[in-house]
Amino acid sequence: MTLAELAEPVAKRLLALIPVLFGISLLVFVLNAVALGDPARAMLGQRGDPEVIAQIRQDYALDRPLWIQYATWMGRLLRGNLGHSYHQQRPVSEVLGERFPATLRLALAATLIAVTLGLAIGIAAALAPGGALDHVLMGAAVVGISTPVFWLGLMLSLLFAVWLGWLPVSGYGDGSLANLVLPALTLGALHTGTIARMTRSSLLEVIRQDYIQAARAKGLAEVTVIGKHALKNSLIPVVTVIGIGLADLLVGAPLTETVFAWPGLGRMLVAAVGQRDLPVVMGAVLVFAVVYVLGSLLVDLAYLVIDPRIRRE
Amino acid sequence: MSERGPFRHHGVQVGGALVGLFVLAALLASWLAPFDPHAIPTGLAAASLLPPAPPHALGTDALGRDLLSRVLYGGRVSLLVGVGVELVTVLIGVLIGLIAGYYGGWADGLLMRVTDVVMAFPSLILAIGLIAVFEKPGLDKVFLVLVLLGWTTIARVVRGEVLSLKTREYVQAARALGVGDGTILARHLLPNCLAPLLVAATIGVGGNMVAEAGLSFLGLGAQAPTISWGAMLAEGQTFLASAPWVAVFPGLALMLAVLGVNLLGDGLRDLLDPRFKH
Repeated sequence: MTLAELAEPVAKRLLALIPVLFGISLLVFVLNAVALGDPARAMLGQRGDPEVIAQIRQDYALDRPLWIQYATWMGRLLRGNLGHSYHQQRPVSEVLGERFPATLRLALAATLIAVTLGLAIGIAAALAPGGALDHVLMGAAVVGISTPVFWLGLMLSLLFAVWLGWLPVSGYGDGSLANLVLPALTLGALHTGTIARMTRSSLLEVIRQDYIQAARAKGLAEVTVIGKHALKNSLIPVVTVIGIGLADLLVGAPLTETVFAWPGLGRMLVAAVGQRDLPVVMGAVLVFAVVYVLGSLLVDLAYLVIDPRIRRE
Repeated sequence: MSERGPFRHHGVQVGGALVGLFVLAALLASWLAPFDPHAIPTGLAAASLLPPAPPHALGTDALGRDLLSRVLYGGRVSLLVGVGVELVTVLIGVLIGLIAGYYGGWADGLLMRVTDVVMAFPSLILAIGLIAVFEKPGLDKVFLVLVLLGWTTIARVVRGEVLSLKTREYVQAARALGVGDGTILARHLLPNCLAPLLVAATIGVGGNMVAEAGLSFLGLGAQAPTISWGAMLAEGQTFLASAPWVAVFPGLALMLAVLGVNLLGDGLRDLLDPRFKH
């Protein structure tokens, strides 16, 4: 595949991103505007310092028409200025920047666990469809998908931390791996279940095809048939699920981070809602949405590389 | 060879049974509950955080309240939000989906752009952002926010169905005979959307239940004295080491209820939607 071949579809997808990003900014702005309708009221519970309120009025151009407010806000946003945190009295971008790495680390670890475990479970189940192992594994996948992430976190914490004492109950622990295990397992569980189910059904679909029968007829070992011929072609729908799972990871972040006192963006968001620190809330919502959209874009691009058929569409 | 997943065959039965149990327990909570779920006993120290044993089958919480009674009553909030939100959501989503799919044009374009944007947000994150707009969290706000976020899925499902149905001959024939748009929509298009609608709505109920519990767990949903499984779990987390039952039972109830709804949704999809029968 040449770069020139990829240029057009990539450009198309990047262009399609523009209206969505515009919409996201508009929605967050409207939320902000509604919540900030009266900054004195919005800061209820904070120090209602007239100087601070005057600053907010000026920052958000609150006495100007809405479209000028939006333009002002957008102009700042494009320069990376997300406003000032009421609660912490410092730039929102600084607050979010501090928390983002912890969330990213957790999400990557969860993805790694989900993809490895999910593929392994799905393949194992597909090798003997209808067998006892298949029943147990797929049953576990359904239960995994239906278990609310925060309860799963509490139960894993109860089992592995409180009762067995193998892992820490919560906290970041200076970034030690032991602290990462339970939150990553929790966050990745739902995702593991969906990947396992999709791998199984996709693999079963592919195994029925003629070329697999042909490979078997040639006398190739079953390991080669599955590993080399079947798996590769069954991965395309699995990539979709991995992409969709990104949303699950981001949705699960505030809950998982709260259960495990993980110092990430999600827990920050929840705390900011409690403190009515609106600039931080809107900043975090915006960051989550942009990361989500960019993540979906990456999945789209991964398709292009894996499946040449999509490139020609 | 079972290729549709071993759990699919019995999904509707198992799911239906779990859902039936959940609905009955919630509706009959006032008869089934052995204690008043709000009653804080006198002599609190002796009644607080008792492990499961008669007369408290599931133990008591930190305020000495009977956990079984609270789990039963908690089901009411879950059922109310799960089904209630979905009913309103379906009403709005069907109306918008029908109009967008049938008439097309700018209404359809607007719908697709709006849903694109709403779907560009991870739903719980947007829900939290919306809750932040209100001064005080509460179950009514959760209800409102879930409706605001939920109708888009239903609208897209209905729109997609209508788009393909309206080119069918029987619809063309009805139109040629001079049947009005309203009648075509209500008599010919809507009934044929019911199967995918039912599947999407069932899955939506489960999603609403998890979202309500999640928001309440974060302290952004039901507030005391409203009994919600999510809020009970938040309380249970505090006593995880000393009184794990406070966190185990409300979560178990939530998981079984959601599992039931999901199995039912999956099963219905297999039964009703031939496209998912591979």
